[in-house]
Amino acid sequence: MSLSAASLAKIDREVSKYPTEQKQSAVMSALRIAQQELGWLSNETIQFVADYLEMPRIAAYEVATFYNMYRMHPVGKHCLTVCTNLPCRLTWENDAGAYLKQKLGIGFGETTSDGKYTLLEGECMGVCGDAPVLLVNNHKMCSFMTPEKIDQMLADLDKP
Amino acid sequence: MSEKVILNVLDHPNPGTLANYEQVGGYQALKKILAEKIQAETIIAEVKASGLRGRGGAGFPTGLKWSFIPRHFEGTKYVVCNTDEGEPGTFKDRDIIRYNPHSVIEGMLICGYTLGAKVGYNYIHGEIWAEYEMFERALEEARAAGLLGKNILGSGFDFELHAHHGFGAYICGEETALLESIEGKKGQPRFKPPFPASFGLYGRPTVINNTETFANIPYIIRNGGQKFLELGKPNNGGTKIFSVSGQVNKPGNYEVPLGLPFRDLLAMAGGMREGRTLKACIPGGSSVPVLPADVMMDVTMDYDALAKAGSMLGAGSVILIDDRICMVRALERLSYFYFEESCGQCTPCREGTGWLYRIVHRIVQGNGKLEDLDLLMDVSTNIGGRTICALGDAAATPVQSFIKHFRSEFEHFIEHKRSLDGCH
Amino acid sequence: MGVISMLNIEIDGQQIEVAEGSTVIDAADALGIYIPRFCYHRKLSVAANCRMCLVDIEKAPKPLPACATPVTDGMKVATKSEKAIRAQQGVMEFLLINHPLDCPICDQGGECQLQDLAVGYGGSSSRYTEEKRVVINKNLGSLIATDMTRCIHCTRCVRFGQEIGGLMELGQAARGEHSEIMPFISQTVDSELSGNMIDLCPVGALTSKPFRYTARSWELVRRPSISPHDGLGANLSAHLVKERVMRVLPRDNDALNECWLADRDRFSYEALNSDQRLTMPMIKQDGQWRETDWQTALEYVVHGLKDIKADYGADAIGALATPHSTLEELYLLQKLMRAHGCNNVDHRLRQSDFSADAAQAGTPWLGQTVEQLAQSDAVLVVGSTLRKDHPLMAHRLRQAVKKGMKLNLINAVDDDLLCRVANKAIVAPSAIVNALAQVVKAAAQLKQVTLSEAFASITPDANAQAIANSLVAGKQVSVLLGNTAQHHPQAANLHSLALELVRIIGGNVGFLGEAANSVGAYIAGAWPQGAGMNAMQMLASPRQAYFLLNVEADLDSYDAQQALSAMMQAKMVVALSAFKHHAQDYADVMLPIAPFTETSGTFINTEGRVQSFNAVSKPRGETRPAWKVLRVLGNLLNLPGFDYNSTEQVRAELLPSGETTGKLDNALKQLNLGDLSVKANGIERIGEVPIYQADALVRRAPSLQKTRDAQAPQAWINGALLQQLGLNVGDAVQLKQGTGQAQLAVARDDRLPNNCVRVAGAHPTTMHLGGLFGAIVVERA
Ligand SMILES: Cc1cc2nc3c(=O)[nH]c(=O)nc-3n(C[C@H](O)[C@H](O)[C@H](O)COP(=O)(O)O)c2cc1C
Ligand code: SF4
Ligand code: FES
Repeated sequence: MSLSAASLAKIDREVSKYPTEQKQSAVMSALRIAQQELGWLSNETIQFVADYLEMPRIAAYEVATFYNMYRMHPVGKHCLTVCTNLPCRLTWENDAGAYLKQKLGIGFGETTSDGKYTLLEGECMGVCGDAPVLLVNNHKMCSFMTPEKIDQMLADLDKP
Repeated sequence: MSEKVILNVLDHPNPGTLANYEQVGGYQALKKILAEKIQAETIIAEVKASGLRGRGGAGFPTGLKWSFIPRHFEGTKYVVCNTDEGEPGTFKDRDIIRYNPHSVIEGMLICGYTLGAKVGYNYIHGEIWAEYEMFERALEEARAAGLLGKNILGSGFDFELHAHHGFGAYICGEETALLESIEGKKGQPRFKPPFPASFGLYGRPTVINNTETFANIPYIIRNGGQKFLELGKPNNGGTKIFSVSGQVNKPGNYEVPLGLPFRDLLAMAGGMREGRTLKACIPGGSSVPVLPADVMMDVTMDYDALAKAGSMLGAGSVILIDDRICMVRALERLSYFYFEESCGQCTPCREGTGWLYRIVHRIVQGNGKLEDLDLLMDVSTNIGGRTICALGDAAATPVQSFIKHFRSEFEHFIEHKRSLDGCH
Repeated sequence: MGVISMLNIEIDGQQIEVAEGSTVIDAADALGIYIPRFCYHRKLSVAANCRMCLVDIEKAPKPLPACATPVTDGMKVATKSEKAIRAQQGVMEFLLINHPLDCPICDQGGECQLQDLAVGYGGSSSRYTEEKRVVINKNLGSLIATDMTRCIHCTRCVRFGQEIGGLMELGQAARGEHSEIMPFISQTVDSELSGNMIDLCPVGALTSKPFRYTARSWELVRRPSISPHDGLGANLSAHLVKERVMRVLPRDNDALNECWLADRDRFSYEALNSDQRLTMPMIKQDGQWRETDWQTALEYVVHGLKDIKADYGADAIGALATPHSTLEELYLLQKLMRAHGCNNVDHRLRQSDFSADAAQAGTPWLGQTVEQLAQSDAVLVVGSTLRKDHPLMAHRLRQAVKKGMKLNLINAVDDDLLCRVANKAIVAPSAIVNALAQVVKAAAQLKQVTLSEAFASITPDANAQAIANSLVAGKQVSVLLGNTAQHHPQAANLHSLALELVRIIGGNVGFLGEAANSVGAYIAGAWPQGAGMNAMQMLASPRQAYFLLNVEADLDSYDAQQALSAMMQAKMVVALSAFKHHAQDYADVMLPIAPFTETSGTFINTEGRVQSFNAVSKPRGETRPAWKVLRVLGNLLNLPGFDYNSTEQVRAELLPSGETTGKLDNALKQLNLGDLSVKANGIERIGEVPIYQADALVRRAPSLQKTRDAQAPQAWINGALLQQLGLNVGDAVQLKQGTGQAQLAVARDDRLPNNCVRVAGAHPTTMHLGGLFGAIVVERA
C-alpha cells in the first residue's frame, strides 16, 4: 500500500521539523495524516508509516495504540467524540452524550447502521469553559452543545 | 480594571495577529535584547526577580529552572513549550494560542537566546486542531517578519520553532512524557533525575515551560521583573489566567492579579448558575484537592494561600460545583479519568488506578461497603508518592480529598445505594 | 580522563564506598544487602517501573527506587524500615491483584521472582475483590511460549530487544491497565538472541517452548559446560533430569557471553535427544547396515586401515574432522594418523585457499581478547555474515558502536547489522580482495607509506577512501576476517592484505573463529603442517579411505559436490559421529561417539582461552567418547603412546602449561599479495552457511529448524540481474555448478551486488552444488 502524494507531502513536511536522524519524531503526525486519508489505521497502514519513517513497526504500533485519537478499527463517516469528564458533566442539564445516544440510537463505541456516525466518549479536551463540548472527526471542536446545536450540527454534517 | 499581561491583546483588533501583538509592545523585548546584546545572566536575573512561577501546575520558579541549563555546554539544546493542556478544568493555554500566540513565540525566542538553544518545539494538545493551525500560521507570520529562522533581525541569532501536535494522551502534559512524545514514542514519563535541564529532548539539555509561563516573559523583559512581581504579591508574582468552569454563569478565562480573593473571581464569572449554592471547588485542576465551599470562600487565589488552605493553585483551573452534584459520582468520573490516562509503566499507578475506579464504580452501582472507604484511602496512599511521575499522586488526591471532605455523602450512598436527594 | 570520585553511603547501618554514578541498588548489591526488584537488570537500561525496590532514604519525603536513585555522598538508606517495607508491600499487593495465583500449574513455578518475593512481601489474603485481568497469549514462534496474563510489565523483554538484541520485536502496546507486551500484529520473534528474553522474564509470561512443562525446576540437576558452536565459547549450564538434558541456560562470564546465550547455544540441546542419534556401532555388509559391538567394529576399522596402508600406502588415507570436535579428540586423531604414517589430516573443511599454510607463523586467532576487541574504536570487518555466524560477537560490536566505535564493512552481502555501519563496500565475492586492496592503498596514501608493485594498478574508490579515513582516525584498530573471508578462494590474499593494512595503520588482525574449537584444532595439530594434504587436496584427489570425525561430508565441506563424490568412490569410509547421517550412503563403518555433553574435553575459543569441561551426562546407548575410541584404535594398531586414562592426560601432553601463550600468531612469514585485480567471470555464487545448518547439533534441533532463520535456501538476486535474466520473484530456477544442480525459488534482495546469486550452502537442498563461491549458472527451471 501507499498513501496519496498529498499525504506523503504532508508527512515530509512534518519530518522536516526534526533533526535528520530523528525521523521517528514525525510518527504521530504521519499516523494522523494517514488516518485522515483512510479513515482508520489498519495494520498495513501502520506498517507503511513505520517503514516510511524507518522505525520499528512495533514502535509505530505502540504509538498508534497509546494515543486516544487514533482509530484502530473502521469507523463511521463522522466520528463524534463527546467529552464526559467532570467539567462537561457539570452541565448535566445539557448532557450532550445522552442526547446523541438517543438521537442516533447507538451507544458509545458504536456506529450507526448506515455507517454515518460513530459515537465515542472522550476525555478532557481542554475546552471546559465551553461545556458541553464535542469533537467532530478529531479536527472540529464544537462548543456549548445544547440539543438545538447538536441538531444543527448533524444537519450540517448530513449535507452532501 | 487591573493590568493584563497576556490577554490585553483582546482590547485591540484582530487578536492573534502579529499586528495586534505589536500594539501591546510585541517583540520589543526581543528587539531590545538583540540590539543591546543583553547578557544571559541579566535576563535570568530579571526572570528570577519577577517571581514568575511555572504556570503548568507545579509552580516551580522559572528563573531558577533556566539557571540549571549548562550554559557553557557547546552542543544542541532545546526549548520546549507545553501546550498539552489536558488537565480537567484547564483551558487557558488554548486561549493564549488563539489570541496571543506571538507572546509564546517571543517568550520562547528569549529563552532560546538566553540558553543558547537554536531550536524549539511547542507541543499542542491533540484535541485543539484549530489552535494548532493558528499557531502554525503565527509561526509563518513570524518567519516572514524575520523573527524566526536564521540571523534574526540581522543580529546573528538563529532560532527555529516548530509545532508538534499531540493526539490524545493526558500524560503527555507531564514534561518528560511530552519529550518522549516529541521523539515519536509513547508518552511514558522518564524517571528523574536526570532532569530535562541536563537530559531532555533527544538527550540534550532542554528547558520546558508551560505556554502561559512563556507568554509572561516578554512583559518581564520589557517592564522589568520588579514590575511583574508587583502585579501580584511577594513570591506569587504577576497575573494569572484562571480557567473558570462548572456551574457558573460566565465560565471562561480571567486574567487577574495573583492574590485576588476567590469571591471576586466568582463574581467576575457571574456567580453560581441559577443562584445555586457553591458546594465545593477544585481550585487548580482535577489533580488538586477539592475544597468545601466554606473554606473556598475565604481564600485568595495564589500559590501560598491555596497551599495553606489544603489545596494547590495548580494550573489555575477553577472547577465550581453546586449543591445538586453528587460527589460520589463526581469522584467516579475523575477516578475513571486517571485510570483511563495512566500510561501503564509503574505498577502502583497501572494497577492502583483501575482498582480505585472499580471500587468507586461499585459503590455507584450500589454494591459498596463501608469498609471500601478505608480501602480507598489505603490504596490511594499506596499509589501516591510511589510512582515515576505525579499522575500517581494526581489519581490519589481526588479520592483522598473527596472522602476527607464529603465522607458522609459517601456513607449515605453506600447505605442507601443512591445519591443524596436532588443530587446528580 | 577525569578522576572518578568516590562516595560514601550507609545502607542499613553498613558503610561502603562506591564510584560516582553508582545507584543505591549497586551499592546494596556490593554490600550483599538484597533489595527486591523486577524491572532492574544490570545489563539493561534502568526503567524504574516496577517500583519493587522502593527504599527509605534519609531526607527524602517519599520512598525512592533504589535502582534509579544515584548515590550521593553521605547518603543514608534503610531498606527494611517501616516506610520501606510498607512501600514494598504496597507494590507487591498491586502486582498480585491481577496476577494469577496458580503457581503450581505455572511453568515458572519454583523459579519465579514474583513467587519468591510474594512469600516475603505479599499479604496473606487479597483485598482485591474485583475481576482479574486476562490477556490473550501471543505466538512468538517456536522458541518462546507466552502466558501473557502473568506479565508484570517490567519491560525487560522490550528493553532487551531494543538494547541488546538490536531489534525491537516486542513492544508494550496500548496504555495503562490495558497495556500488553506484544510483537507487531502476529509476527514472531526472530532475533538470533531471542531466548534471552525467557531468562529475563521474572515471571512465567515468557517461557521456553521446547522446555515447557517437561520438568519442574527443582527436579533439575545443573552441570556446567561450554557451547560447542561458534568460536566465542559461551559458558552454559545444562539442566538434566535423569541423564537427559532438558534445557540449557547461560552461565555468567563477563569476558565472553556475559549473561547471554545465542539461541543456538540455548536450544541445540534438543539434538542430543534426537531420534537420529547413532547409539550402536554399525557396519555395512553386502550393502546392508547392521548393528554390531564395539570390538567387531573397531577390528574392522583397524583391518581396513592396515589393508589400505598395505595396498596403497598410508598416504591413501584422508582424515577429516570438524572444528566442533574437542581438543583431545583432534589431537588424538592427528596423532593416530601420523603414527599410522598418514599426514593427511585437516579440520578446515570449508576453506578453499590453503596457499598461506606454509607462511603461517602460528595459530590464527582473534588477535586479542573479546573484551579488548570491544574496546576498539575503529573496526573493519571483512567477509562476514556477522550476526548469524557470531551472534554474541555481533552483539559486542553493536554495544561498542553505541559507545562510538566506527564499524566498517567489506562484504558480499549487506544484511542489517542492527547498528550504525560507518562505511561499507558491498561487492561481489570476486571483488572483495580488490576492495580490501583499495583500502590498503588509500591508507598508505594517507600515512604516506610506500606499497609494493602489486598495488600499482589499484585506485581507491570513495568507499575505500572513507573506510581508510575511518581506520586511520582510530586509536585502537581491529581488522577482522570473518567466515566468508576464511572460506574465500583467495583467503590468503585477504589475510595478507589485512596484515598490510595494520602494518600501515597499526592495530590488530583477527580471525573470527568459525567453530568452538577453530583455534584448538590448529593447536592440536589437526592440519597438515606442510607434510600432508589439506582438506581440499584430500577431496580433489580422492583417497582410497576416509576417516571422518564428526564430519557430514556433504554439509561441512566447501564443495559439497566434490566431497560427496570423493566419499562415494572411496574403498573405505569410517564415520565417527553422534548422529546417523548421509554417511549411510557412503560409509562402511559408523561409530557412535559422544556429543560434547557426554564427554569431557576442551575447546579453545577464538581468543585462545582454554576451556575444559566434563561430561554432563552418561553417553547414550553404546556411545563412547571419541577420545577413548581413538585411544583404543591406537592400541589395536599397536602404536606407541596411546595409554591415556583421561582427557586431562591427553591435554597435559599437548598443552603442558594449560595455556596457549606463544602459539597464537596471525602473522605470515611471507605475504601473498598475488593478483589484486577483480577476476569476475559471469554470475557468481555467494554461499554462506546458515546459522542453523552450521553444525551437526543445530541441524537436528527441531525448534531451531522451525525458526525464520532456518527457512530453506532461496536464490537471492538483485533487481538488475533479475531483469537481465527475465526472472520474477517466486520463479523456480535451476542452478548449476559443475555437474551438480539444485532447483530453488527466486527471491529479491536489491542490496546484493550485481551479477551475484546468494545461495546458502550446508543445506540438503543445495548439497549437490559446488563451491560456496565461484561461477554459477542460473536458468529458468
Ligand atoms: C500528569 C501530569 C500532567 C501535566 N499536564 C500539564 C499540562 O497539561 N500542561 C503543563 O504546562 N504542565 C503540565 N504538567 C506539568 C509539567 O510536568 C511541567 O511541570 C510543566 O510543564 C513545567 O512548566 P512550568 O514550570 O512553566 O509550569 C503535568 C504534570 C503531570 C504530572
Ligand atoms: S505514575 Fe502512572 S502515568 Fe506516571 S509514569 Fe507511572 S504509570 Fe505512567
Ligand atoms: S527494580 Fe527498581 S523500580 Fe523496578
